[in-house]
Amino acid sequence: MTALRITPLFAFGSRRSLHMIERNLLVYRHGWLMLLSGFFEPLFYLLSIGFGLGKLVGDVNGPGGQLISYTLFVAPALLAASSMNGAISESTFNFFFKLNYDKTFASILTTPMSPADIALGELGWALMRGALYTVGFIAVMFVLGLVRSPLIFLTLPGALLIGFAFAAVGMAATSFMRSWQDFDLIQLVILPMFLFSGTFFPLDAMPDAVRLLIQLTPLYHGVELLRELSLGVVGPDILVHVGYLAAMGLLGFTVVAGRLDKLLLK
Amino acid sequence: MSEQRVAGTAPLIQARGLTKRFGTFTAVDAVDFDVQPGEAFGFLGPNGAGKTSTMRMIGCTSPISDGTLLVLGMDPRTEGAKIRGRLGVVPQQDTLDNELTVRENLIIYGRYFGFSRPECARRADELLEFVQLTDRGKDLVEPLSGGMKRRLTIARSLINEPDLMLLDEPTTGLDPQARHLVWDRLYRLKQRGVTLVLTTHYMDEAEQLCDRLVVMDKAKIVAEGSPRQLIERYSTREVAEFRFPAGVQETLDGQFEGLGSRIEKLPDRVLAYADDGEAVVIAARERGLHPETVLVRRSTLEDVFLRLTGRSLIE
Repeated sequence: MTALRITPLFAFGSRRSLHMIERNLLVYRHGWLMLLSGFFEPLFYLLSIGFGLGKLVGDVNGPGGQLISYTLFVAPALLAASSMNGAISESTFNFFFKLNYDKTFASILTTPMSPADIALGELGWALMRGALYTVGFIAVMFVLGLVRSPLIFLTLPGALLIGFAFAAVGMAATSFMRSWQDFDLIQLVILPMFLFSGTFFPLDAMPDAVRLLIQLTPLYHGVELLRELSLGVVGPDILVHVGYLAAMGLLGFTVVAGRLDKLLLK
Repeated sequence: MSEQRVAGTAPLIQARGLTKRFGTFTAVDAVDFDVQPGEAFGFLGPNGAGKTSTMRMIGCTSPISDGTLLVLGMDPRTEGAKIRGRLGVVPQQDTLDNELTVRENLIIYGRYFGFSRPECARRADELLEFVQLTDRGKDLVEPLSGGMKRRLTIARSLINEPDLMLLDEPTTGLDPQARHLVWDRLYRLKQRGVTLVLTTHYMDEAEQLCDRLVVMDKAKIVAEGSPRQLIERYSTREVAEFRFPAGVQETLDGQFEGLGSRIEKLPDRVLAYADDGEAVVIAARERGLHPETVLVRRSTLEDVFLRLTGRSLIE
């Protein structure tokens, strides 16, 4: 555990964390239907907002300025938003429950597994589920004729990066939570991001000041990243998006690495 | 601290000045003890005495605040994972994985220790047999009775074939039949040479299972020895218990003086300690005392605890 404090980033946890994933796979073997909910969420949004609302809206400005259908515009954004939502619910509510009420973590800690192994395993599991949903969503986009570029396949690692960034920060935030009430704060941050990050309408509809503010938030970068990849319109700004999300994830992870021992090993 | 093999008579656990503080509260206050290989060692004391905190430090899930602690010859601060790999832990509250079946609980737990899947499956079946849960293997954990969950927790703690077992109140909350079954399994483990460290606030449990024990009170160790030694040192051979009708006991001030070697007044009865309990009862009758019921029994660890701390173990 001392080693953990010295090398918080890449040497965080060990191969033992894979057993956490194995445990979750065992659990889901009993109730694999539970896995499906995460797949339907973005799909329902796509059908209602993309196709429903899209009829009223008409074409909008996509990345690079060309006109695209509203459905094409909103589909990758919905994928980004659902990657965020999935990561946040897993790393906040579920993580808090396991930390404080579920004795599963406590029992695992009596084995050679460390808090870092557990955290890393849980994160890996959340990302695996995220990957599954993303593949499903890309398949649906194929079927609905929403694929314009082979770069669409890069939305998979892109969505995982979003998941990693939000899950790491979510876990870090949760490590400071004292009660369920504190989670209202998280919703207070997540919901406006979901609505205003260029998810449902282009940012040029916004006043300059608001637009600048939005461009500082993480979901904006996630949405732009996936939108550029799915449409095959990739500019140098993609490095900013990737860099922002990676830095956010690593920062969150460093924080949570330093706090887990304190939280779990009292 | 480099690894050193435990050999011969080197203690499996060695604590010197071991201390645990939570903020300003001291849960364990500079205790010293050794646990030898193959023995059953008990921590006896009321709730809040510091037993669980001590166990968690030994189990390397709670960092020590002060003093030194060696478990299996290693330092928990630097070799926690290695130590935990050789421990079997039965926590006070069941921490079974409610989302998995009985058998899966054992298998995945073995995986946490790094054993191969076939090896885990083999051990799981063997252990289910040992704790008589083979026919419940495919059931989820939740519908099991308290006694069954305890047995499963014990089986789980054995999945890595531990050198040292830590049992925190292994039978608290179980009915008598379930307790005896647990004791029987623990006794078999002891016979196989597994070192047992347990906490309890049950006298009979300590007397049944422990070769040696320490009595803890208010974060400190107040006595140490075998159950028999402790009784000889701190109590008499027999105890006469007098119970009076409600309200009468308070009116009897001073009338017990000189009966036996020591008198202990509890809220509901008076205890007279003597090597010959019957003689005390006769002497009490001669003084004109008319208790509702009289019981002469052998001294137990309960009496030792009462003597050492002035309080009963279970309040």
